[in-house]
Amino acid sequence: MTVDAGRAQNLTDLMRDSAEPLIDEWVGVVAALLRGRSTKTELEADFREFFAALLPVVGSDGKDIGGPEFTDLRAFLEEYSRSRVRAGFTPTETASSVFSLKRVVFDLTESSDDPQMFRQLMAFSGLLDALGLLTFESFARVREEIIREQSEQLLELTTPVVKVWEGVLAVPLVGTLDSARTQVVMEKLLEALVETGSEHAIIDITGVFAVDTQVAQHLLKTVVAARLMGAECIVSGIRPQIAQTIVALGIEFGDIVTKASLADALRHALRREGVDVVRSEIA
Amino acid sequence: MPPRSEGPEELPITADDDVVRVRQLVRTYAQQTKLSLVDQTKLVTAASELARNTLIYGGGGFARVEEVSDGRRAGVRASFHDEGPGIPDLTLALADGWSSGSGLGLGLSGAKRLVDQFDLDTEVGRGTVVTVTKWKR
Repeated sequence: MTVDAGRAQNLTDLMRDSAEPLIDEWVGVVAALLRGRSTKTELEADFREFFAALLPVVGSDGKDIGGPEFTDLRAFLEEYSRSRVRAGFTPTETASSVFSLKRVVFDLTESSDDPQMFRQLMAFSGLLDALGLLTFESFARVREEIIREQSEQLLELTTPVVKVWEGVLAVPLVGTLDSARTQVVMEKLLEALVETGSEHAIIDITGVFAVDTQVAQHLLKTVVAARLMGAECIVSGIRPQIAQTIVALGIEFGDIVTKASLADALRHALRREGVDVVRSEIA
Repeated sequence: MPPRSEGPEELPITADDDVVRVRQLVRTYAQQTKLSLVDQTKLVTAASELARNTLIYGGGGFARVEEVSDGRRAGVRASFHDEGPGIPDLTLALADGWSSGSGLGLGLSGAKRLVDQFDLDTEVGRGTVVTVTKWKR
């Protein structure tokens, strides 16, 4: 490709006129870079959109990338980075696909020795640098979003409230109990008590590695809250080492019913519910 | 099991998550030194209390964990450093059920009962260093 020396040397016009071969070339370069993890058709659709959003701002050097004329472009890149992160591409791969356009455009204008064109190319290079960095920023932001989503999901996941019998709920606690998690546990338990009309709740701490004063305080508050609603809580899964630690710490569980195992707690709850479990005679 | 840690290791305590991290580090050392399960749990619980104190009352700081030996037996030592306001009345601070915050008031006194050796170095306006050691039986 060569530049027609007779025409005005305007990069925007030039790019608009050679849009098709440029995009083709660009897709080719990036497809090779990603080694087939993205099809040419996908890339072409993305890049066509990118190219269309880019053309109106080609004269800019990228310093005012926060401005209103960049809104479309920023929105596109944000979305593009987002889909790339979710698809498992690295930030370098995403930014490289933006930077790749530079080389393609430089190739196009190779034969030009017009100083005016050179200046435009420098500005264009700056613009693409800024846009590439923008994908990095979006990448980091999307990652943080994902992490936040996951920790919220984890919060939900690790605190199921299960119905083990008519009128008896159980909450198996696993891992670390911090204020946020306890809050979720307490809310879910209290809601479940109302929904199911249960009068007994078993909080099982078998999966909690250590019970310190904060965890104990959270547990006590949950039990008191449930009691205010007319439900009795049983704390179960107190292993020997936990029991000894609680004693050494000096934590008083008062009149709260505690049991070594979930089975004991269930038996206790059933008895209080007036249910008798009898082993049937097998002939 | 995580890789064996050599020498003392330090962790910053500036947020709630750090308390969990300190606890996990202490647990790793306690398992390495082969403390009994009860002693592991006691030391980890004490570390949890002290790390939270560093965070809440000391305004943040750092924890140092190391394997120690007195020639006859091995143990794990953890120290908690902050440059907070210090503790003006030690007797009161170590009394059961007293808290300058909203806790149960058992953290410091409880931690002391959970370990074999408990040293508290504090100066009002300068900060506090609490060092605890649990020996292998």
